[in-house]
Amino acid sequence: MSDRTFTLDDLRRILLESAGAEEGVDLYADISDTGFEELGYESLALLEAGGRIEREFGVSLDDVNLSDITTPRALVEAVNELLSVDTAAA
Amino acid sequence: MTGRRVAITGIGVLAPGGIGAKNFWNLLSEGRTSTRGITFFDPSSFRSRVAAEIDFDPEEHGLSPQEIRRMDRAAQLAVVATREAVADSGIVLAELDPYRTGVTIGSAVGATTGLDQEYRVVSDGGRLDLVDHRYAVPHLYNHFVPSSFAAEVAWAVGAEGPSTVVSTGCTSGLDSVGHAVDIIREGTADVMIAGSSDAPISPITVACFDAIKATTSRNDDPEHASRPFDGTRNGFVLGEGSAVFVLEELESAKRRGAHIYAEIAGYASRCNAFHMTGLRPDGAEMAEAIGVALDEARMSPDSIDYINAHGSGTKQNDRHETAAFKRSLGDHAYRTPVSSIKSMVGHSLGAIGSIEIAASALAMENHVVPPTANLHTPDPECDLDYVPITAREWHTDTVLTVGSGFGGFQSAMVLARPDRSIA
Amino acid sequence: MTTPVVVTGLGIAAPNGLGTKDFWAATLRGESGIGPVTRFVPDQYPARLAGEVPGFVAEDHLPGRLLPQTDRMTRLALVATDWALEDAKVRPQELNAYDMGVVTASSSGGFEFGQNELQKLWSKGGQYVSAYQSFAWFYAVNTGQISIRNGMKGPSGVVVSDQAGGLDALAQARRQIRKGTRLIVSGAIDASICPWGWVAQLAGERLSQEDDPERAYLPFDPHAAGHVPGEGGAILIMEDLATARARGARIYGEIAGYGATFDPKPGSGRGPGLRQAIRTALDDAGTAPGDIDVVFADAAAVPDLDRVEAEAVNEVFGARAVPVTAPKTMTGRLYSGAAPLDVAAALLAIQDGVIPPTTHVELAPQYDLDLVTGAPRTASVRSALVIARGYGGFNSAVVVRAAG
Repeated sequence: MSDRTFTLDDLRRILLESAGAEEGVDLYADISDTGFEELGYESLALLEAGGRIEREFGVSLDDVNLSDITTPRALVEAVNELLSVDTAAA
Repeated sequence: MTGRRVAITGIGVLAPGGIGAKNFWNLLSEGRTSTRGITFFDPSSFRSRVAAEIDFDPEEHGLSPQEIRRMDRAAQLAVVATREAVADSGIVLAELDPYRTGVTIGSAVGATTGLDQEYRVVSDGGRLDLVDHRYAVPHLYNHFVPSSFAAEVAWAVGAEGPSTVVSTGCTSGLDSVGHAVDIIREGTADVMIAGSSDAPISPITVACFDAIKATTSRNDDPEHASRPFDGTRNGFVLGEGSAVFVLEELESAKRRGAHIYAEIAGYASRCNAFHMTGLRPDGAEMAEAIGVALDEARMSPDSIDYINAHGSGTKQNDRHETAAFKRSLGDHAYRTPVSSIKSMVGHSLGAIGSIEIAASALAMENHVVPPTANLHTPDPECDLDYVPITAREWHTDTVLTVGSGFGGFQSAMVLARPDRSIA
Repeated sequence: MTTPVVVTGLGIAAPNGLGTKDFWAATLRGESGIGPVTRFVPDQYPARLAGEVPGFVAEDHLPGRLLPQTDRMTRLALVATDWALEDAKVRPQELNAYDMGVVTASSSGGFEFGQNELQKLWSKGGQYVSAYQSFAWFYAVNTGQISIRNGMKGPSGVVVSDQAGGLDALAQARRQIRKGTRLIVSGAIDASICPWGWVAQLAGERLSQEDDPERAYLPFDPHAAGHVPGEGGAILIMEDLATARARGARIYGEIAGYGATFDPKPGSGRGPGLRQAIRTALDDAGTAPGDIDVVFADAAAVPDLDRVEAEAVNEVFGARAVPVTAPKTMTGRLYSGAAPLDVAAALLAIQDGVIPPTTHVELAPQYDLDLVTGAPRTASVRSALVIARGYGGFNSAVVVRAAG
């Protein structure tokens, strides 16, 4: 677990698996700073994706307020921060 | 419309901390809470480990061993509540035309507890994709299709009129009673046994609400975990229960000298057509349902004495609902006590709407409005009079009770004295 | 007076045809959709046939965002609703949102979705359960999703009364229209052909164990020995007559009468309630038995239940006095979806002047019915009675008739 990082591609894959893609949205474009809302993902989609991230990367997003995270970049950073804390703790 | 009106003449309630209408009312009027750490199964692997459970022994309440075996817990609760309601009403159903007595039972998740347990067995703990029918209990079909709840209630009272289960998520308890009111008003039945039941405290239900973080994570303080309208609220507390009513056509109820708790004067349900779980902050659709229910009752917004809120204790709901009250009642919303009994008995999904109708009728009966327990730190965005902590003596002739459910359902019901002057 | 409520659009997903055209053509050809279960390997179970909806590719019809959060029954219902609205030439975005509601029936909810999540729960743990499990399996999901997809904010509802619920939903839709809502999307789609659903249905002890599709579901036949379960159903667009006329809509027919009863508890000594449900429906429609041109039977294919139904029909109509048919012999029993599909078939029978057949059945001598077997029968159909019964004792009946 400890040396893992969470990448934008991981997020793309997980979003597709957990919530599909909005018509007309290209997830493989540069979406780092595009709002989740604009990408067609609402709270439920992010909760489902968050659950998958937690299981796959062994982190807990419990203390992360998903509604404050509005872009893929912010989510990738938040998960990586959790991963680095986990590493430090280990 | 035929001019037929509908009265509540009998009440049966099984709520956490209050089995029977009397005990239920005592709990509410004393402002006690019944939420606790989950005991029905080992909850240690779940995020939310708090629930409002009923200490219920079906045998003690007159169910036979075979009835217990064939019924899911929710059906058992419904049958016991039904018997209490019929006894309370004093009605002798055997003297009536059985085709003119019907049943509507609301339930959001049906026999989910039974299904969860039985799946575990036939799949051998989730190991088998092709689950093994040889390990299935004989009554599994009754869990598969929860219309079995209405069947059990119909059998319990000898009803042979129109009977069904109404399942509209967390507004089922209001919509089931509303459905029954329509059936009496249109003249198809004279008596309806109407109410709802859910017993969802099972691993699958706890897990799915964990996944959307809708339930509270306040596991260290279970007695104070359900905090509607409080600034520190962080989700609802899962509950269970049942409430069932005897509904009668008003004139025939009067003729037999029945005690009339309230008239169901108005009811409406609308959809937000927005999101399966989310709510728009403006409360427009709930406000619309409230307006239509008031119109049906031919009452003005300022005639409402008390609002029994949905008040689930999620961040989103309590603001949505506060907005809906202001939108539909205007300034009168600020002058009207509003409370959420979910602070005391938790959120029993499809059952709670009926349990809240019972609380509303008992508030009228006693001229006391139940409090919102655990409300110490008001949310600045929830700025109405939520009757914190202690019940209030309050002249209550009309009650608005509302519900909001997954699927986008928004329902509202108005209870009133039948002898009020009608505009 | 009460407003006549009419059907102006049909959306059908049936085992013998996806879409109204395919379904009706197959039904008149006597073509069955019953065959070996393909959605899982059924070999270990005592029942191995089903009516599966053929050729449905959800991706072709629905946005990708909806797929992870929907069970098969919801996907079918959303697409059938699209077709029904198109058929009715209704564009929901052009109407007031509160003037449109959704009332569906369900029997077992999204059982396959629930099965998958239960498996994750028990094999891996609670944290593997999907966020969508909070609604994707529950009984209200089709109504909620149809309402969201089409922006319908009016009065909505969901009834569960096993197979009878399909008619109870139409009755509730009619009530809402009579109370002033302009349009209701109603009907039902069920789809529980998955191992967990199969085991639950086996427990009901009414599934046929026959392996020959032509011999498996034989209502009113001496060899009746249970039914074949199927999936699918029909979605109907219902409106009040005046509004439908004013917008020049094609009117399939009127939902003219409804009656429902519940059977007494076994052992009570009272007789079954089906006859009373039929009589109530006829009275409600203001129709005499002699005006009914065809009866779409519930057709349980359980000898005791067939007897009760044949007796009820004969007590109301007289022996061999009305043609009786069960096109569901070509689809299997679709739970809550069955009766809306029968109502659709009845409306098409009115439109085309033809009664669809009951297939592969040879009438048992003890039932004195005019059962339409083998081939369709040409007949002037103005009024039809549709019967649906649910497990445990639910009896519902609807009269449909040609409008105007």
